[in-house]
Amino acid sequence: MTASNAVELGRLGLDQGGYLLIKHALRTVPVGSAIQVSGESPELAIHLRSWCRTQGHRIDFLSQTSADHAPIAIIYRGSAETGRWVGAQSTGDASMPQQHAPANWGLAGRSATVEAGSPSFEFPLNTRTEVWAQEVARLYAQALAAQWNPLAAIPWDESFDLPDEIEDAVVQVMTYLIENETAALIIPARFAAQIHPHFREVMQLLAIQAADEARHIEVFTRRALLRRAKLGLSTAGGQASLKTLLDETDFTLSGMLLSVLGEGSFLSLLLFLHQYAPDPVTREIARMVSQDEARHVAFGVAHLTWHVNEQPSCLDRLAIAIERRHDMLANTAGLNEEVFDALILLAAGSLQPEALRAGWNKVQTLISDMDQGRIKRLRKIGFSDSKAQSLSALHTRNFM
Amino acid sequence: MTKPFLLGAVAYDAKVVTIWDGFQRWFAQHDFAFDYMLYSNYEQQVEGHFSGHFHVAWNSPLAWLQAERIAARTGRTVKAIAMRDTDCDLTSVIVVRQDSPIQTIRDLRNKTVAVGASDSPQATLIPLLHLAEAGLDPEKDVNVHRFDLLVGKHGDHIGGERHAANALIDGRVDAACMIDGNHLLFAREGTLPANSTRILAQTAEYDHCNFTVLDIAPIEAVARFRELLLSMSYDDPSVRPLLNLEGLKQWRPGRTEKYALLARAIDRFHTIDAFVDKVSNACRYP
Ligand SMILES: [Fe+2]
Ligand SMILES: [Fe+2]
Repeated sequence: MTASNAVELGRLGLDQGGYLLIKHALRTVPVGSAIQVSGESPELAIHLRSWCRTQGHRIDFLSQTSADHAPIAIIYRGSAETGRWVGAQSTGDASMPQQHAPANWGLAGRSATVEAGSPSFEFPLNTRTEVWAQEVARLYAQALAAQWNPLAAIPWDESFDLPDEIEDAVVQVMTYLIENETAALIIPARFAAQIHPHFREVMQLLAIQAADEARHIEVFTRRALLRRAKLGLSTAGGQASLKTLLDETDFTLSGMLLSVLGEGSFLSLLLFLHQYAPDPVTREIARMVSQDEARHVAFGVAHLTWHVNEQPSCLDRLAIAIERRHDMLANTAGLNEEVFDALILLAAGSLQPEALRAGWNKVQTLISDMDQGRIKRLRKIGFSDSKAQSLSALHTRNFM
Repeated sequence: MTKPFLLGAVAYDAKVVTIWDGFQRWFAQHDFAFDYMLYSNYEQQVEGHFSGHFHVAWNSPLAWLQAERIAARTGRTVKAIAMRDTDCDLTSVIVVRQDSPIQTIRDLRNKTVAVGASDSPQATLIPLLHLAEAGLDPEKDVNVHRFDLLVGKHGDHIGGERHAANALIDGRVDAACMIDGNHLLFAREGTLPANSTRILAQTAEYDHCNFTVLDIAPIEAVARFRELLLSMSYDDPSVRPLLNLEGLKQWRPGRTEKYALLARAIDRFHTIDAFVDKVSNACRYP
């Protein structure tokens, strides 16, 4: 027996980690071969016996007490450990996911070795085509780096003085934004739980996107309640529009409706608020939120570009989804009058006729900016000029 | 549909359903129609076995002795056909605190000894026999503190032994009894920190559970069931999770000589006499 086949535990007990030395020594010999164990821990023989029993190794005792470092037992390596890794599966490359992630890879990280017989998990989004985007790892890193603390980032204490009707208009716009942000939180949170963890970057990105939206709900709520005791009006038409987003269960179609068209339009709205809001708190909130939204839109566009590239027929499905949503919302009011009027007032800053005219014009420009933005993104994904224009025109009047 | 081969098992834990459902699927893949029924305690199961409710019992060692004795009284024969590798050659230990003045079994006189459920072979009956054979009558010479969790499960549930170990560390008892493997397990869990305890005594070897059949069981089905059990390999991923849940690496042929120690214990403590009388009489005068 060579030195490596002999384990000297000294006073180290099996109940203090001594079994690791034995495990290690057993791995150096073939199944069926033996190692010798010696040691002085008083419980050693009893512990060796039960440990070998549970690990499936045969053990022969030489003596119950170990005098002069004489071995006390011989352990014959059992086949359980090697048997365990028969048929284990590799989960591919650490840097790039596979096209299809099997259910029994489960929660294992990419490139881990998975024991055969591991349980199957039902992650419905399990192919690279339906979830991936070229940019996803970079977008996630960017999102992490750009997290901000509302307490520090927003000048909550800055003083400003608004006429009552202008403050009411701001509160109404915030009320509208809050419910839109709520939809924007629920949707990625739901999909994050459906994505096979093999595509971890997408799962992580959606998780942080949900966290972004949680922060948006927070800051809009806080702004609304800065000078008022309660929020404004929530309309049936606005909620009907958002409900169609929540009802969309297809990840790619949802990405089109929510991220590319909805959050894309919101980006214009936030820039509008950053420019024209009547108080510094709202302006700064809009600026910070728009940075997050730009990433959400970027992922939506990147994913759809990827998907269409892999599967060009996807464009038809996207077009049909936009048309279907338009038809479903055809009989609703769309953007509520209260929000529309509030935007004009907010941009006007007062009820002076000249100011109102200017506010009106700014809102007209906003609506046209939203349209241009949508057309640009639809073309980027692969739609023709004319198709992009007609599809953009079908987008909900609720903006989101 | 062929009538399935029926097993009786005791639901000592919810995982029992997962285990036998899994084995049922595995047997089905090997063209063997198998089903199982669960009892809440071994006494019901042994009675059910003699009433012909099922073909094979997954019996605790105490249930095996109950079945063996009822069979002897009623002119029947019983056989242990297979068992787990991890149920062979077990021992129990009596543990004291490291700093305890107790150095030998005799020092336990008038001390408090924690045991498990009253029907637990490993945590109660066999350790108490060890005390008795060393000259300490468990009823007079020591103060036995029972952690009577789930009586009827024959100690299959580890809870009683863990409570006994906790009581030892807390100083509520002077010694605690447990199966040898649990001393190491409780060390790993932190229930018995390393070096906090000392093993005062170790019992002789005994075996644990087995698959028991009575003479009326269908011979061919029993043979096929046993053959399939013994063929299960830890290398096979379709059965390995079940073997892990059931706590074995390999099924072995049954053997009965190592129930002698427990038999001595129940003779001494009359643990199952009343039950054996009751079922034997019912079998004889149905
Ligand atoms: Fe948002
Ligand atoms: Fe967003």
